[in-house]
Amino acid sequence: MEFLTTLGLEVHCELSTKTKIFCSCSTEFGGEPNTHVCEVCTGMPGTLPVLNKQVVEYAIRAGLATNCEITQYNKFDRKNYFYPDLPKAYQVSQLYLPICQNGHIDIEVNGVKKAIRIKEIHMEEDAGKLIHDEWDDVTMVDYNRCGVPLLEIVSEPDFSSGEEVIAYLTKLRSILQFIGVSDCKMEQGSLRADVNLSVRPVGQTELGTRTEMKNINSFKAIARAIEGERERQIDTILAGGKVVQETRRWDDNKGESYAMRSKENAQDYRYFPEPDLVPIEISDEWIERVKNELPELPEAKRARYIEEYKLPEYDVDIITGSKFLVDIFEKALEVCGEPKEVSNWIMGEVLRMATETATDVDDISFDAANLGKLINLVKKKVINRGTAKEVFEKMFTDNVDPESYVKENGLEMMNDDGAVLAIVKSVIENNPKAVGEFKGGSQKVKGFLVGQCMKQLKGKADPATVNQLITEELEKI
Amino acid sequence: MKITDEMIDYIGILARLKLEDEEKESAKNEMEKIINYMDTLNQLDTTGIEAMSHAFPVKNVFREDVVMPSTDREIITSNAPNSKDGCFVVPRTFE
Amino acid sequence: MELSKMTALEIGRMIKAKELGVVEATKAALENIEKTDKHYNAFVTVCHDEALKQAEEVQKKIDDGTLTSPLAGVPMAVKDNMCTKGILTTCSSKILTGFKPTYTATAVKKLEDAGAVILGKLNMDEFAMGSTTETSYHGATINPWAENRVPGGSSGGSAVAVAADMAYYTLGSDTGGSIRQPCAFCGITGIKPTYGSVSRYGLIAYASSLDQIGPMGKNAEDVAAALSIISGHDPKDSTSVSNDPMKIVLNSDIKGKKIGIPRDYFGKGLDGDVKTAVLAAAEKLRALGAEVEEFDMPSLEYAIPAYYIIACAEASSNLSRFDGVKYGYATPKFEDLTDLYYKSRSEGFGTEVKRRILIGAFVLSSGYYDAYYKKALQVKAVIKQSFDKAFEKYDVILSPTAPTTALKMGENLSDPLKMYLGDIYTVSVNLAGLPSMVVPCGFDKEGLPIGLQLIGKPFAENELLNFGYAYQHATDYHTKKPVLKTGKEA
Repeated sequence: MEFLTTLGLEVHCELSTKTKIFCSCSTEFGGEPNTHVCEVCTGMPGTLPVLNKQVVEYAIRAGLATNCEITQYNKFDRKNYFYPDLPKAYQVSQLYLPICQNGHIDIEVNGVKKAIRIKEIHMEEDAGKLIHDEWDDVTMVDYNRCGVPLLEIVSEPDFSSGEEVIAYLTKLRSILQFIGVSDCKMEQGSLRADVNLSVRPVGQTELGTRTEMKNINSFKAIARAIEGERERQIDTILAGGKVVQETRRWDDNKGESYAMRSKENAQDYRYFPEPDLVPIEISDEWIERVKNELPELPEAKRARYIEEYKLPEYDVDIITGSKFLVDIFEKALEVCGEPKEVSNWIMGEVLRMATETATDVDDISFDAANLGKLINLVKKKVINRGTAKEVFEKMFTDNVDPESYVKENGLEMMNDDGAVLAIVKSVIENNPKAVGEFKGGSQKVKGFLVGQCMKQLKGKADPATVNQLITEELEKI
Repeated sequence: MKITDEMIDYIGILARLKLEDEEKESAKNEMEKIINYMDTLNQLDTTGIEAMSHAFPVKNVFREDVVMPSTDREIITSNAPNSKDGCFVVPRTFE
Repeated sequence: MELSKMTALEIGRMIKAKELGVVEATKAALENIEKTDKHYNAFVTVCHDEALKQAEEVQKKIDDGTLTSPLAGVPMAVKDNMCTKGILTTCSSKILTGFKPTYTATAVKKLEDAGAVILGKLNMDEFAMGSTTETSYHGATINPWAENRVPGGSSGGSAVAVAADMAYYTLGSDTGGSIRQPCAFCGITGIKPTYGSVSRYGLIAYASSLDQIGPMGKNAEDVAAALSIISGHDPKDSTSVSNDPMKIVLNSDIKGKKIGIPRDYFGKGLDGDVKTAVLAAAEKLRALGAEVEEFDMPSLEYAIPAYYIIACAEASSNLSRFDGVKYGYATPKFEDLTDLYYKSRSEGFGTEVKRRILIGAFVLSSGYYDAYYKKALQVKAVIKQSFDKAFEKYDVILSPTAPTTALKMGENLSDPLKMYLGDIYTVSVNLAGLPSMVVPCGFDKEGLPIGLQLIGKPFAENELLNFGYAYQHATDYHTKKPVLKTGKEA
């Protein structure tokens, strides 16, 4: 029996505002427990919420960047349930009138293009963190994360495979990063995805029972979880059983999922309009302004890099896949004006160093303008590529300024052609055997001779020039 | 409408309240009277009337995204029946 | 005249004229409370040391010219559902045992900044749910006007503290009549301001869309002076309107003003003495130059069910945060988290509170939301429209405050629905968000006070208070005092 898979995604994205959604506590990640809290975000009696305008601004940006309609009159609702990470015992969210609706993100998998519809995007507050204390067998509650603003992005069940899900998440993440509303670091929890999955036999139109997997924290784990759950559901059906609608947790280490101990039989959230907050009215002017201020989105950037800079698609995909790489690219480009060069450096040395030093692309910290300067140094033949690679390593780890570093360490290429010629001549003179081999027809030995020259020159010469001079001198013989 | 034991139990779960047996009987009776009284609202025709949360049309009340100092966690936990290392303490929870 | 019998503004004037010191006034008030309150149980907490310390600081600031408010230095007291930093705040509930907030409610802070001295926290119905102050965890408060009578609720302590001359004025809160009805039962003056005109920050919420803090005192001038201080926009309360604090200047000229009396309010169920007194008050206002007219205001009978649906729904959510984890009472023995929640809440809340939480959870629950909560919000809109229409013609609406005078103690909690029906004249005002004040307008055959309710247009507190002021200029009901159990003569 063949099976079809249907998937839907609910993505939670922590916004990178400076303060929480309803109070002025810092949203800074980490920190000792309960050091970014106040009486409002810890649900003390008598306290009231006040909405952070930047959250609304970011929500509108996210909606426009994903082709949504902005719900110009929208408001907040209370979602009531009991859990220690929720101090008020209700979460302020948006059920009845979410701020954005009816958008879509276009993806491409194996050459097939598809639009994944976004049902809605709404604003809500994050809950706190529970820390299990093994020693005393209790749970400690940290409210630092309580009240951090979230956007929840809900897709329609338009996915039919794990690859589509990953393509969507990759694109969504890059859009959110590009418009500057979130750093989308899954490991830090600023991007979380809940996956709804059901299977049905080919030919059946009615969707199967779906399960939900929550808070899987890397793209690879999501792909594995989807595969694992799909198999589990198929196995269940083939064995004559029924898939139970439930929430499951994916254990990536074990490679299997298990049903979560149900927090509550009754998940009746008793939503009602939040009386402590007033409605939001978004004017046409506000939307227009946000639209005009939207930075170039990844899709448009990709097209422009290919068209304007004539860069290869593969490279463009990698670079425009990350806001951080784009920033490096554009900043370096501004300094040196050589898009192909910059692209090659990024695809080559930048990514190599990042891997070698186990640095996340997001965390690359050297000043990209320096890369532009470095490229200029090579262009002007102040240094050669070999030297440039050395200098780059220092730039990457210590953020040295290439111009000063080259000067301080005397790394400039020898540009005196006379001196180079002298060395070339002396190398030819001192290597008659090699010269003889060359005359005998070996081209390979030229490389050896160039290498000898470079050694004498301590690498500080343009290999192309040396090669040319060697060729000329050999010809004369 | 009749308020049954099941209904009281269900609402009790939603509200994390457990009533003793005698309490439950009287709660059932009282609630039934009160809720049936609330049903009189059905006599008022409200077709086309928008549900009104706030009496006055206040909207767009915002705050600027400026960090203010947080409260010291000793102060925040000062009223907690059970706290440790600046955290609130609850019985062990499981996923 | 004895100090305690004076009005707040009189004390304020004496302090300003240096005829009386703030510490002196505070000491006298504290001694008086010590002597008197054992008979009435109006106070939950008396802030003896804090009040004297506060009095000293206020005196300094008056002396150096920093504090110039007409109420600077005047001792007052606050209902126990308003947070006061470092001072026990219990909402008269077991579940907030030991709770000392680390912040002060904005309205209280405004008074403190203007030089008020806080004598203590006042008894109330638990979490403001009730009309008699009998649901308090700290025991009932007694009405000083008669043996065995309730002072009304939920701001019973606030009313008695004024009526028995233990505080010069107090703050109460009103969600469905909790300031106005105790004022009527205790023969004092009070006002529930327009929704949004006084900050709710620090007021422990009962029903967020209906709650308002308001002053209660011996006359309209005192109440107006306090309201001028506590009103005004608060950036910490998103529902507070962006107005400046009110600058109320009272004017007793009401000539040509139009007063409307809803016919439907005077039907069956209204006590005869109350009806007589209220209609006589209307006549008095007519004699002062106002035009008085009866009119029809439909839909009033839907106010109570709509109110209770909305209030219970919001309360059930607002009270979910009380769970034995962050503050207050936690059950001593529990096996796991679920046990902690259920036991702490079931043991910590009283019967009426639990009842309203259950009703609230019910009307919001899946399958019932549309029929109850949503419907109630629609009815709320209809009631507001009714008032809007009435105010096209009238400047103020006049009515009784309660269908009876102060009820007997111990008879009310067994029939909650009957108790709810007593709110008939007050709840519609909260649903429409309007301002409303109560002034004493007579006594019944047994000598129990009767209160006149005046309902005003949104944000027209000055005009509304003018009516009360004018009435009190022409009558002396508000000056009458009960014979206290301390043996003093009125």
